Amino acid sequence: MNRKTEVAIIGGGPAGLAAALSCYKHGIRDILILERDEYLGGILQQCIHNGFGLHWFGQELTGPEYAQRFIDEVNKVGIPYLLNTMVLEITKDKTVYAVNPRHGLIEIEAKAVILAMGCRERTRGALKIPGGRPAGVYTAGMAQRLINIEGYMPGREVVILGSGDIGLIMARRLTWEGARVKMVCEIMPYSTGLIRNVRQCLDDYGIPLKFRHTVIRIHGRERLEGVTIARVDDRRQPIEGTEEYVSCDTLLLSVGLIPENELSEGAGVMLDPLTGGPIVDEFRQTSVPGIFSCGNVLHVHDLVDYVSEEAEIAGEGVYRYINGRNPSADDYLLVMPGNGIRYVVPQRIYGDSDVEFFFRPNAIYDKGVVELTDGDRVFASKKLLRMVPGQMERLRLKREALAGEGKIKSLQLRWRGPDKEDDGACS
Amino acid sequence: MYDVVIIGAGVVGTGIARELARYKLNIAVLEAGSDVAVGSSGANSGIVHAGYDCKPGTLMARLNVQGNAMFDEISRELDVPFKRNGSLVLAFNEDDISQLELLMTQGIRNGVPDLQILSGEEVLEMEPNVSSDVIAALWAPTGGITCPYGLAIAMAENAADNGVEFYFEHRVEYIEKKENGVFRIVTSRRDFAARYIVNAAGINGDVISKMAGDDSFSIHPRKGEYCLYDRKWGNTVKRTIFQPPSKMGKGVLVTPTVDGNLLVGPSAVDTDKRDDDYTSAEGLDFVYNIALKSVPSLSGDGVITVFAGLRAIADGGDFIIRPSYKVEGFIHAAGICSPGLTAAPAIAREVAAILARLSGELEPNKAFNPLRKGIKRFRDMDWEARAQLVEEDPRYGRIVCRCETVTEGEIVEALKSKLPVNAIDAIKRRTRAGMGRCQGGFCTPRIMEIVERELGIPMECITKKGGSSRIVLGKIKDFLKEGEGIE
Repeated sequence: MNRKTEVAIIGGGPAGLAAALSCYKHGIRDILILERDEYLGGILQQCIHNGFGLHWFGQELTGPEYAQRFIDEVNKVGIPYLLNTMVLEITKDKTVYAVNPRHGLIEIEAKAVILAMGCRERTRGALKIPGGRPAGVYTAGMAQRLINIEGYMPGREVVILGSGDIGLIMARRLTWEGARVKMVCEIMPYSTGLIRNVRQCLDDYGIPLKFRHTVIRIHGRERLEGVTIARVDDRRQPIEGTEEYVSCDTLLLSVGLIPENELSEGAGVMLDPLTGGPIVDEFRQTSVPGIFSCGNVLHVHDLVDYVSEEAEIAGEGVYRYINGRNPSADDYLLVMPGNGIRYVVPQRIYGDSDVEFFFRPNAIYDKGVVELTDGDRVFASKKLLRMVPGQMERLRLKREALAGEGKIKSLQLRWRGPDKEDDGACS
Repeated sequence: MYDVVIIGAGVVGTGIARELARYKLNIAVLEAGSDVAVGSSGANSGIVHAGYDCKPGTLMARLNVQGNAMFDEISRELDVPFKRNGSLVLAFNEDDISQLELLMTQGIRNGVPDLQILSGEEVLEMEPNVSSDVIAALWAPTGGITCPYGLAIAMAENAADNGVEFYFEHRVEYIEKKENGVFRIVTSRRDFAARYIVNAAGINGDVISKMAGDDSFSIHPRKGEYCLYDRKWGNTVKRTIFQPPSKMGKGVLVTPTVDGNLLVGPSAVDTDKRDDDYTSAEGLDFVYNIALKSVPSLSGDGVITVFAGLRAIADGGDFIIRPSYKVEGFIHAAGICSPGLTAAPAIAREVAAILARLSGELEPNKAFNPLRKGIKRFRDMDWEARAQLVEEDPRYGRIVCRCETVTEGEIVEALKSKLPVNAIDAIKRRTRAGMGRCQGGFCTPRIMEIVERELGIPMECITKKGGSSRIVLGKIKDFLKEGEGIE
């Protein structure tokens, strides 16, 4: 199948759906969503817990409910989508190659492309956890799919490594289904997930969260028999003499999400090593003109509500691009993370409209100010009582703030206040 | 009653099975594991060695060079990936250079063609990512890379096509030679009777030998650990990069794999446990740090999986391929450590020759078909071939493993194989589904659905690798009924 479209959207999860609706809202009618799964909604379909939508809808929804609102809207306005469709390649000139069982090979010439492929989970192999290679060692997301979509229990006695949000949610979910979650080990001195999830998923069920602990050995040849855990030092190395054997038949890993950018790289899109996602401007346009990016493929979000918000921005960017209203290509300011900041998105701005920056700190910080500065002057700032790595923060830059300031080469987002907390206090 | 029972379905046992299938023989292969190549053959470097590092005059030296020369034909006949990418042994100092000269002399005596010592500049021109400290290298253009388990699977399938029977999860527990000269072989599942036994039991070669009454050698396991890198690092080097060998083996290598990954390893540590395939923090650190000497830009990130394998080292170090001196009709193909993969096709011929000597003469099987076709690989096809394939069968249009671009059609092909295939790892070895950067996180549940649909195996019974390695342990709510969990 060969076809042309104004906007091809790669991925029908929360980012892709919201981006499609945003394009539509801006008057674009020729849109095509490509989704690799057999349904729209992406990973939200297996997130059957609630807690979604408080910011976007002002209501607490489950993942499938949140997704369904967007799916209903997409169906209502009639945006076409292809399911079971895997994109194999995207070229610099925005030709998209895909395949599905119904149409066979598909070639789509697009004016603009929105990358909305989401992320994948870090694996045991990437962590190089030593030991055997038995069944029973899964990423938290795979276990979530097994339970919530397939209806099967990965195991009875569970240890969870990593306190990412999916791991926390799964601790509670497994407990509800009759499994025994023995502990969650977190190598850092703080949780990498949301504080509310630590409270609602671990504390409420008496599941211990062991900070500065990691799994140093996996035991078992056929099915997992147990793990050896150990305390780690400041360099995150196991401390001798602190080893402890914990018997379990299941080890779940919730040790980080990686934006899935193999297709982006194939299209020549430049990536930010700090986020793992593309380098974008305030309209989420990547280094390749006409290719945009939003959602977890751009940077890993804590709340889906912010994904929707970001996707809306990308949709506006596409509208501006198609209508030739993009700022001139080279006239941008670089925005870089400074003291205390792990990353900031967007990484470059044109500054002819207000900009909402999304960022995360590199540790826990208390009572201080986040400011956007060129070294001398401050263009935007915000007081924060506390910032933690598990939570995304944001800062708005007013267009007027930059006006008439003459030549600024680059901006830095930095933390001004007391140094980082030494130990995690969010337990 | 079988004419020949082969014990062990690694690359040696399957190679022998295929070779003996050229003759009118009734053959069975007994394997303790749930698939072919689940021991040493499934966890090694995948190198087709040129043959310069074996001591001249050894069986190893002869079979290495013979085996290497057979790879072009065998890979073509069996549709197995093989590439003569060539090997470089790097020298960083004068001592290393004298080692290279020794290797070169050995190689020439062993009959290795086209060996050459290159200057440091020449090496860097060929391999810009190799350490600039290199001052010379031995260049062996006949060195190559293959897929070790892929070769074993192919040889087993071809053997099966030609009438050989395979029995997985049949662990040999007892062997007796009856008065009529026939062997009785008791396995964990049933008994077998055979006129001849070929011992290709790898790490347990001495155990099987003793069972039959021959305790003339023992096997010492030596562990090797590896790191496998993401495809993104697959072009770091084009050739297989060695450092000068030591007493413990060929040392840590850095090589591209035939599937486009980068492989780094192995360590070499003697162990007394025959099932010790655990990786260790020390072993993996060792491998990485030594490899850095060859390729300093090697990243600590980018590893998608780590694994360990055991090499079967016999007393004396050489291969043991001969009839037993104590038990008539019992043939050893034992102590097959590196370069066992390379030598496997030559070992098979050697064993066939021994069998012919013992039994008088072997009658050729005129119906023998040496050709085997592998599973179609959507990923490696061009646009037109893909389009045609999906049109013929839409299942090739549904991508199941997104990291390695493996289609449902390929999974189904694997399940319909002549050999029993139902475990997730067996499917992975045949199709590469789950071998990519997400390590099956995305595709495993989807593959389980296909296994359930195609083979009728309930989800709860699907295993990773046979035995008790079930992926899921029950349906949801099951554990609640048992009264476990929340109070």
